[in-house]
This record gives sequence, C-alpha cells and structure tokens, in this order.
Amino acid sequence: MTANPNALEPQMSEELIDSGHDAQRGGMDPALLGMMLFIASEVMFFAALFAAYFNAAATLPVFPPEGTEEFISLFKFPFLPLIMTAVLLTSSVTMQLATNRIRQGDRTGMNRAMALTLGLGIFFLVLWATDYAILITQDDFGIDSGVYGTLFYTLTGFHGAHVLGGIVGMAVILSRGLAGQFSARHHVAVEAVHYYWHFVDVVWILLVTVIYILPHLGGGAA
Amino acid sequence: MGTATAHAGTHVSRRSTVLEWLTTTDHKKIGVMYMVTSFAFFMLGGILALGIRSELAVPGLQFLTQETYNQLFGMHAVMMIFLFVMPMTVGLANYIVPLQLGAADMAFPRINALSFWMLIAGAVLIVSAFAFGGSPTGWTLYVPLSANTDFTPMTGVDLLLLGLVVLGFASIFGAINFMVTIFKMRAPGMGLLRMPMFVWTTLVTSILLLFSLPVVAAGLIMIFIDRNYGGGFFDPAMGGSPILWQHVFWFFGHPEVYILILPAFGVISEVLPVFSRKPLFGYKAFIVATAAIGALGFTVWAHHMFATGMVYLPFFAFFTFLIAVPTGVKFFNWLATMWGGHLRFDTPMLFAVGFIALFLIGGLDGAFLAVVPFDFMVHETYWVISHIHYVLVAGAVFAIFAALYYWFPKIAGRRLDERLGKVQFWALFIGTNLAFFPQHLLGLDGMIRRISDYSPNAGWAQLNFLSTVGAFLIAFSVLPFLWNVFVTLRKPMEHEADPWDANTLEWATSSPPPPWNFDSLPEIHSERPLFDQKYPGVGHGPTPEPATESEGAAS
Repeated sequence: MTANPNALEPQMSEELIDSGHDAQRGGMDPALLGMMLFIASEVMFFAALFAAYFNAAATLPVFPPEGTEEFISLFKFPFLPLIMTAVLLTSSVTMQLATNRIRQGDRTGMNRAMALTLGLGIFFLVLWATDYAILITQDDFGIDSGVYGTLFYTLTGFHGAHVLGGIVGMAVILSRGLAGQFSARHHVAVEAVHYYWHFVDVVWILLVTVIYILPHLGGGAA
Repeated sequence: MGTATAHAGTHVSRRSTVLEWLTTTDHKKIGVMYMVTSFAFFMLGGILALGIRSELAVPGLQFLTQETYNQLFGMHAVMMIFLFVMPMTVGLANYIVPLQLGAADMAFPRINALSFWMLIAGAVLIVSAFAFGGSPTGWTLYVPLSANTDFTPMTGVDLLLLGLVVLGFASIFGAINFMVTIFKMRAPGMGLLRMPMFVWTTLVTSILLLFSLPVVAAGLIMIFIDRNYGGGFFDPAMGGSPILWQHVFWFFGHPEVYILILPAFGVISEVLPVFSRKPLFGYKAFIVATAAIGALGFTVWAHHMFATGMVYLPFFAFFTFLIAVPTGVKFFNWLATMWGGHLRFDTPMLFAVGFIALFLIGGLDGAFLAVVPFDFMVHETYWVISHIHYVLVAGAVFAIFAALYYWFPKIAGRRLDERLGKVQFWALFIGTNLAFFPQHLLGLDGMIRRISDYSPNAGWAQLNFLSTVGAFLIAFSVLPFLWNVFVTLRKPMEHEADPWDANTLEWATSSPPPPWNFDSLPEIHSERPLFDQKYPGVGHGPTPEPATESEGAAS
C-alpha cells in the first residue's frame, strides 16, 4: 500500500493493507482496463460518424455522387489508399512484434520495433496529407463538396487525428524504452498503446471497406 | 473500527491551502469542488429560470426581448443539466463511491483531477457564450437553427458546442475512472453483489455515459463543421439530413435522462433503508432493475421524435412503456423497504419520501407521452416542460438535497440544522408543485414551449402566474439551505463517524475521513457491512452466540 505513515493499527491484516490496490487480485491491470473502456467509447464515436455516412447512403438517390468514383478510388494513380492500407497493416504487425518483445523482456527489440512502427505511422500521415492535397487541388473535392465531401473528410480526418494520437503515445513509449524503462513484468503502457494502435488500424480497415469498396459491391448505389 | 476523533489535528505537512485544493488528486477534495461548483451553477441556472418565469407571469412582453428570452431557456437547461445535476452527482459519487468500496482513492486520481478541471474549462466556454451573442438554440441544439449560420450567426453557438464537447470528454474520462474503480478497487470480501446501491447506480450511469456521450460529441462536432467549414451534414441542399441530428442527439439524450436520474435512485436507495431501520427490500431485483433501465435506455431515443413522422412508432412506444416495469420494481421496493419499518423523518428522509411522491407524477405524465396519439397532441407543449421538471426537480433535485443532508456530516464532520432543513423541504415541496403542476394543464390547453409571450385571451394567465409564484418559492427554498450550511460550518466539528446509524462503509471511518480514508475495514459479508458489524447476529456477520435470525424491524 502507498505510504500511510499515520495508520493507527499496525496489526491489520495483509489483506486489508492491500485493499487500496488491486494487482494481487488478478485479472486485467486497471490501466489496461481503462484503455479498453476508452477504446469502447471511441468505437461509439466512430459509430456515430459511420451512422451519418450510412444515413446519407440510404436516403440519397445517388450515393456516392456521380463523378466521385473517378478520384475516390483504390485504383487511381498513385494508389495512395492502397499504400496507406499496406503501411498501416504493416505497422500493426511491427507493433505486435514490439509488444511480444517486451513480454519476453527484450527491451532493445521492443525499442527497434516501436521505432519502426512510429516511422510507419508518420509515413501514413504524410501519405494522408498528400492524398488530401491531391483531392483538394487536382480534383476540387473539399469538405464543402456536398455531404459526401463532408463525410469523407470528417471520417478520414478523425481517423488521421487518432493516428496522430497513437504516434504521440508511441513517442512516449519509445522515449521511456530508450530511458531503460519497461520489463517483462512492468510494461502496461506498452500494452495499452498497442491495443490503441490495433484499434486505429481496425477503424482504417472499416473506412476503406465502407468508402472505397462497398459502393462498388452489388450495385447498391445508382 | 475506524471511528474516533483520534485523527483530529494529525495532519500531514500543510502547504498553502489554496494551492493544496487547486492541485489535489484526493477524491474527497475533488468531490467537494465538484459539489461547490455545481451548486453555483444551480443558482445561476435558477436565476435564468426566474427570468423566464417572470416574463411569463402575465401576458405581454414586460422586461425581456424575445432574443434574450430565447437565450435564457436554452442556457437554463444547459446549465441545469450539464453544469448542475451531472457534476453534482459526479461530485457525490467522487466523494462517496471510493468510501463505500473501502478504497483509498479512485483508480486514476490524476485523471480524476483532469476531469474536474475540464469541467471548469467547459463551463467557462459555455458561460462565455453570453458575451458572444449567446446561443438561442435551446439545449437540444436542433438543426437547421444551430447548424446554419444564416439563422444563428453568433459565435456564442460555437462556444456552446465546444464547451459541451469538452464537458463530454471530461465525463467520459470520469466514467472510465468510476468503472475501473468499481471493478478493481473494492475492499476484500466485497463482491459485486455486496456493493451498496449507490455504487451500482454509479456503475450503470458510467456505462451509459461511456456509450452515449461519444455519439453526441460526434454530433456536436458535425454541427461545428457545418457552421465553420462549409460542411453539409445537416443541410438538405447539400444532401444532408436534419433528422440525423435528432437521431444522434437523442441517442445520447435519452440515456442522459437516466444518467441524471439513476444516481438519484441510488441516493434514495441508500437513505430509505437507514431511516426505515430495514434492509433495502429486494436488493438483487433492484440491481436487475437498474441494469434493465440502463439497457432499455438505449432503445427508446426516437420517442422524442414521434412527431417527425420518420420513426417506427410501435417499436419505440413499446420499449418506452417497457421501461415503466423496472421503474415500477424500484417504486415497489422503496415502498416495501419503508413498510413496517421504524421510520425516522430526519431531513434526508423527508427529501427521499418527497422524491418518491413527486417522481411518481413525473413518471406517470411521462408514460402518457409514450402514447403516440397523445404525444402528437402535447408535443412541444408545456406538458413536456412539466414532465421534465417533475423528473428533474422533483426527482434529481430532491435526491440531491437528500444526499447533501445525508452525507454532509461525513464531509463536514457535523450535521446540518434539522429545523432549517424542514423549512427548506416544505418550501421546495410546495414550490415544485405550484410551479410545475399548472404546466400540465397549460400543456393540455395547448400552450407551446419556448415562447416569450401569450395572448391575454388564451385564458392562461392565472395558471402561469401560479407557476411563477411556485418558481420564486423554489428559489426561496435555497436560502435556508445556504444559511444552514453557513451556520453549521461555523459550529465546532462533532466528528461523529456514524451519526445516522447507517449501513455502509463510508460511515466506518472518521468524519471527515483522513486522506487515506480507512485505518481498518470491517469484514464484509453483505451489502451492509457496517450494520453487520454493529449488530452481530442480526445481519449477515458471523454470529457470536447462537442467536435467532430476526429479519425485518429490529426495534
């Protein structure tokens, strides 16, 4: 138990002394549980944005609007969404690698894999910005280009913001790892960030499926 | 057992008191700061309500312009809901839940402090809206009024949106903190089915917050994008859908109703057994009912949207009626708890009984609203205003005062004055009925909400005047409370650990508790560990001598 210099009854049982803490109770670490719950609330946040997308898809006669499939496409040069997907999927693998390394107690291995993941995350953001720049300048497709533009930029924009959040988290982990912190037993922050990063990856897969693939399946729209 | 005045004076090193409060991560201090802040907003929101009621007292526009009036009712609701009832119940839970669990603090004390200071930041944003043209959008922020800058060009709306998003994330962090605390910090022996009912309601409330707030946060951001970046979420000309906002808002807005009232249910379920000298009747049924209300809360949002013609009416009407079942279970259990009990009518009990009587009215007139044809007739009328105020004033506010009178001795080490408490109770009880019962009749007569004036020929003058008198009586009832707190805090501390002869762990430590909360804990065999310890052989504790099991009224 944390310092309790004023405790009056030194005879209290070990069990009671431990009552302020929980690690010995088994189960998930509190910080990890907190992260899981936070991810659950994030799921609801993205669910609301996706609901707005599906609402438009279900109510508008033509959705996505005609002409947008020219540039909102997986197969248009320079294939940015495909590359971004590959980058993010790879980064999930390296993130898992980093977590596995520290579970084995291999801090150097974790630092290497975490640095690689961090680099992939930054690369993703660069591609993301490039994609935006091309869409805005070449295709004249902005956030004010009808509800489809608003949805596209809001969904991908909030995903990008979450990638940025993950990058900040990884930077913290990496700096702590380089400072010699974390071990096989004590690395809950690594576990938390790795869950978060996988979540960001899953959101991207859903985004790609909904925005790029779904409109071309079954001729649902138009 | 952790009673005793032994701690008086044994304080750890003293820094500046102000700095200590500003930088504290102690759940008790944070809880007190929540309560004081939210009470200030209770009074501010109350002053706005007096402005509204004064204008409506007699026909004609007397001293408000229509524009000012439009700002008042929206801000009144925002303040009462987001800056009073929510932070007040969070403050109570902050103080009480770790104590009831036998824990030393919340699971994440620093995030707890962060939540509080985010509340302050959000409150500053919301109040500053007044200086930037206000926000004449109502608390529901319906589009296109709020999303189209042709209608609402003022920056105040943007500030309100940002403030609400900040409050939303503060509450999400708070909800996570409470859930982890409840799941991971319980004292040894306290299984989930031995937690006090206030802890259970806090848990279900936190789940509701966690899953509903992100949705409305997304919606608020959508409005912000529409207003500031040319977005088209809610603009039909761009392919957007105004009804979408109502779905997003009420998907949060209806669970929000239970976010406001479930902690109140928890308080009543703590107070009634103590002042009836009986265990809570049907403890497990109560848990199931609480969880059922929470779950059903996510299935009924579109009953706020019957009049849009865009929702499947039977589904939402059916599930709305269904919620009456678990709520009825609670009422039955409360009455059965009191039945045959050894009743003591101290002020907390008065407020709890007043809650039961008046919340029933709010529940019944709400059930009327679930009847679709009836809803079509009274939609957007004073019937709805009356309903929400019977639920939130007669419900949440009564429970909050019950809680403040009940736990004040724990927080401040001395009891509030009973006579002033009774004056306050009767003023609030009569004022509430005087203010809000006439609004039922006005609603049935077709008086619509959100209007600053009405025709002298409408025949609404007398009822409106009565309602205004009631509003001022409610405002008056706060004065004896403030005076009560003021004079009580000037008296010396009594340090009574357990002044009400109560059941739960918060009373097993000194009043006020030391920073580390407990020196030792009783063994926990039931949801009433302190009772079991004080009356061995009666409750669930180990029986010292062969004793007869006597359930029910122990005289």
